[in-house]
Amino acid sequence: MGAYTMRCSAKLLATVMILAAPTAGLAQSPRYNVGAPLSQEEIKSFDFMIGPEGQALPSGSGTAKEGAVVFAKRCEVCHGKNGQNGVLRRLVLGSPGKPYRGPFTEAEKDSVAYYPNATIAWDYINRAMPVPKPGSLTHDEVYAVVAFLLYQNGIIQETDVMDAKSLPKVEMPNRDGFVPAKPVYPPEPKPSWW
Amino acid sequence: MDSSGSGRRRFLKQAAALAGVAAGAGAGAEFAARGQSVKPEARPEAKAEGPAEAHDHRELLRRGARFSVDHITYYTPLQDYGGIITPTSLHFVQYHASHFPDIDAKQHRLTIHGLVDRPLSFSMDDLKNLPSVTRIHFLECHANSSPMIHGTGNENMGPSVQYVHGMTSCSEWTGVPLSVLLNEVGVQKEGTWLVSEGADPGKFSHTLPMAKAMEDVFVAYGQNGEPLRVEQGYPIRLIVPGWEAPFSVKYLAHIKVVDEPYNTWNESMNHSVARPDIGGKARWYHFQFGPKSVITRPSAGLKMPGKGYVQITGLAWSGGGVVRKVDVSTDGGKTWKEAKLQGPVVPRAHTRFTFDWAWDGEEAVLMSRCTDELGEVQPSRAELFKNWGFTEEQSKKPQRSIHTNCMQPWRVARDGSIHDAMFS
Repeated sequence: MGAYTMRCSAKLLATVMILAAPTAGLAQSPRYNVGAPLSQEEIKSFDFMIGPEGQALPSGSGTAKEGAVVFAKRCEVCHGKNGQNGVLRRLVLGSPGKPYRGPFTEAEKDSVAYYPNATIAWDYINRAMPVPKPGSLTHDEVYAVVAFLLYQNGIIQETDVMDAKSLPKVEMPNRDGFVPAKPVYPPEPKPSWW
Repeated sequence: MDSSGSGRRRFLKQAAALAGVAAGAGAGAEFAARGQSVKPEARPEAKAEGPAEAHDHRELLRRGARFSVDHITYYTPLQDYGGIITPTSLHFVQYHASHFPDIDAKQHRLTIHGLVDRPLSFSMDDLKNLPSVTRIHFLECHANSSPMIHGTGNENMGPSVQYVHGMTSCSEWTGVPLSVLLNEVGVQKEGTWLVSEGADPGKFSHTLPMAKAMEDVFVAYGQNGEPLRVEQGYPIRLIVPGWEAPFSVKYLAHIKVVDEPYNTWNESMNHSVARPDIGGKARWYHFQFGPKSVITRPSAGLKMPGKGYVQITGLAWSGGGVVRKVDVSTDGGKTWKEAKLQGPVVPRAHTRFTFDWAWDGEEAVLMSRCTDELGEVQPSRAELFKNWGFTEEQSKKPQRSIHTNCMQPWRVARDGSIHDAMFS
């Protein structure tokens, strides 16, 4: 019954798509008109889903020097002094001026040096850190901590200012360490579970 | 142990205690919590007190557990139930924050925005007023059956089949198709991916391709006939059938339609894995699971009932669709016979199999092998490790991996004891 309905609607959908093809990309089914409209201001208040090119990064800025102060106060307790030898997740490999370039097998994956995009550090620290009070850092503080970690990992200079423009441009040493380079769907032809 | 109060309350108390622990300022004793495990308790003896006992929340504690400052994990006792539906109180949990959120469903909203014509916010009433679907699907952690977890030191999380393979469970989920919601907001043609975000303390986020979202993903508010439980994402979560469970974002609050994968911390860092076959680079963006099965009884840590009739039973599943066939071997894979599939057999769900066996009291090695509707066959450990580029020598030792779907051998000794023979 369910399958039959699905086949019918697939046919119907195909017809609609043919009819609508010159004007629309996606076929539209009838709407139920539920849900409340969202204003751009509302969206801005909760949208901190940061894209790899810096999409949705808010205003604000920070440097490694400022970040060192925040890190010592809010992050060191778990991640150790300067992001090393802490009880949880070693965030720093390499050293200022000398980025770590692999291999990344197990514990090395915890480091910011592993990330393909610097924006991931901002996104994740802003959403999930510090435990147990995620979201308690200001945007400036997040930029500063990210700058501090990038500097300690030898990826940027101590004086570099991180903000919505500069952060997405940071060249990450492990950018090419992921397969496939650009994720696609459907995935490659082999059994996708390999 | 504390026998006062329901197990559920105590469980929440544990989670709260953990939060309290994490809230401490010092770096000392609180981190004893990391990696700490909690012994699953024996099944409470049935008492003659009436039907209330039939739904004993102390069952919850039968899930082997492991807590750390940023993780809460429960392992499903696969060896302890029949059929294909995991009792809700036994569903596995792999949670990436220090404590579960306390969400008021009346206030909770799901927003969908980004590359859409009409950004909208949906209340729980909105979602429940839309056409619903009810489907049986398995969920599985991408790290389930990790080769690294075999061996000693984990026994207090239950017998092997529980702590090695217990991060998969199967439920009947009820919710609204995501395609219905996406149609309401009107996806623009550049909208090829979406990113979901939860309302848990760490705002867990994950990318999903639009094609899958439109195909069979749904926003679930019900599990096995009741509202989602707090540890399963109350009030709503995504169900992404057949794919690794991190896609099925819990406490779902926001969906942003975007034009490229967002490489969130979860997919780029936490859930990627280095592999020799791609020059030590990391494979990321794993999607569906391959064919898989495991014998749940008899299995390591349990005891053979004695010579004579033994029902071998277990679960099989595949992200590729329906389980077509399960074969069972009692001689370590030298010879195979087809097992019986118990109905119902539905796509991307656990499928129960049984196999009648007469044990002659001699040493035996029990294995099962799943074939799915795509014709894909569950690999042996050697085959799977070879696919990943490990040498034969390396494949004899546990290697870090995800999406581990190789066959699990259990060795039956002459004294009736049963052992994990994956790496021995």
